[in-house]
Amino acid sequence: MDRKITVYSTATCPHCIRLKEFLKNNNVVFENIDVSSDPVRTDEMVKKSGQMGVPVIEIDGEIIVGFDRDAISQKLGI
Amino acid sequence: MVYDLIIIGAGPAGITAAIYAARKKMNLLVLSKDIGGQTLWTGDIENYTGYQIVTGVELTEKFREHIDTYKISVNENENVLSVEKLKDSVIVKTDKEQYSAMAAIVASGKTPKELDVPGEKEYKNKGVAYCATCDGPLFAKKRVAVIGGGNSALDAAISLSKIATEVHIINISDGFTGDVIMQEAVKGAKNVTIYNESRVKSIKGDKFVKSVEIETPQGVKDIVLDGVFVEIGLVSNADFIKSVKKNSLGEIEVNCACQTDIAGIFAAGDVTSVPEKQIIVAAGEGAKAALSAFRYIIGAKDKV
Repeated sequence: MDRKITVYSTATCPHCIRLKEFLKNNNVVFENIDVSSDPVRTDEMVKKSGQMGVPVIEIDGEIIVGFDRDAISQKLGI
Repeated sequence: MVYDLIIIGAGPAGITAAIYAARKKMNLLVLSKDIGGQTLWTGDIENYTGYQIVTGVELTEKFREHIDTYKISVNENENVLSVEKLKDSVIVKTDKEQYSAMAAIVASGKTPKELDVPGEKEYKNKGVAYCATCDGPLFAKKRVAVIGGGNSALDAAISLSKIATEVHIINISDGFTGDVIMQEAVKGAKNVTIYNESRVKSIKGDKFVKSVEIETPQGVKDIVLDGVFVEIGLVSNADFIKSVKKNSLGEIEVNCACQTDIAGIFAAGDVTSVPEKQIIVAAGEGAKAALSAFRYIIGAKDKV
């Protein structure tokens, strides 16, 4: 099944790095938005998640704030 | 089941203690909110022996790989609620379970201190942030305040001054305590305003932060802004353990063998009264605590 997965992150935040590593290790394909260089997508993330912390992951329209390994694993079935 | 040893925390102290305990074949459980602790949040590390330079994320991965080579039960995302000595055992209660062990090592470290003012909790991640390296980029072309006057506050102010339109530093004492070289960088930045002898009274907003109310020597004033970075130091994660002796900073007092004043309860790393909060010091203390605990357990087993 094809899922649309977007990660909003910065290059330096530890949990962003861990989240992306976690997805890569589980062969999950995702689009990465570096919010430090994309103000338009940053606003989009803030509107969608209602907060300003990174990382944020969007899985088929559902927002999970932070690197919540359990919630992400459950949603992705990994 | 009664464990030989329960280790609380998995930063450099807890992980090193776990490795040493595993090599002594102790029956071992590690309970922790996360792996790496403050190390994970450290940028570049240039003073950990054997690495000329390593990032906090990389070193944490190395710690994780090292601990994974032993068969150690590590329960992540488990919060310890209490640690108590009951007869000859140590009882550890968490938000999930209750455990019993012959000995315990508290290596729960420190976390960033909060301001404890109205609005702080409500606006956490809605303008209030505790990590400029992580969340700073979201405040590009916005107005921010940095609370504090030490190295971490100055570091945050310098990096934010490069991307934000205005940076207001709100510092409780009459001067900065951070390194002179950083003070000069802050004072040289055109978009930085410094409020000394000032404190935050409240953080206000609607959905997101809109302003802070500060008390200055000239009176109370509001600063209109979008973000507040709190960099006022660290607090020991030791509230869950009431019975051991602590110093005025809330750090657990230990002797040179990492023993607390309660037999069977040991402590290591930043949560203790040991001076110099460094990754390598914490790791060394963790090793000491595990070996001390090993000796204590052997002694206790001999008595039975």
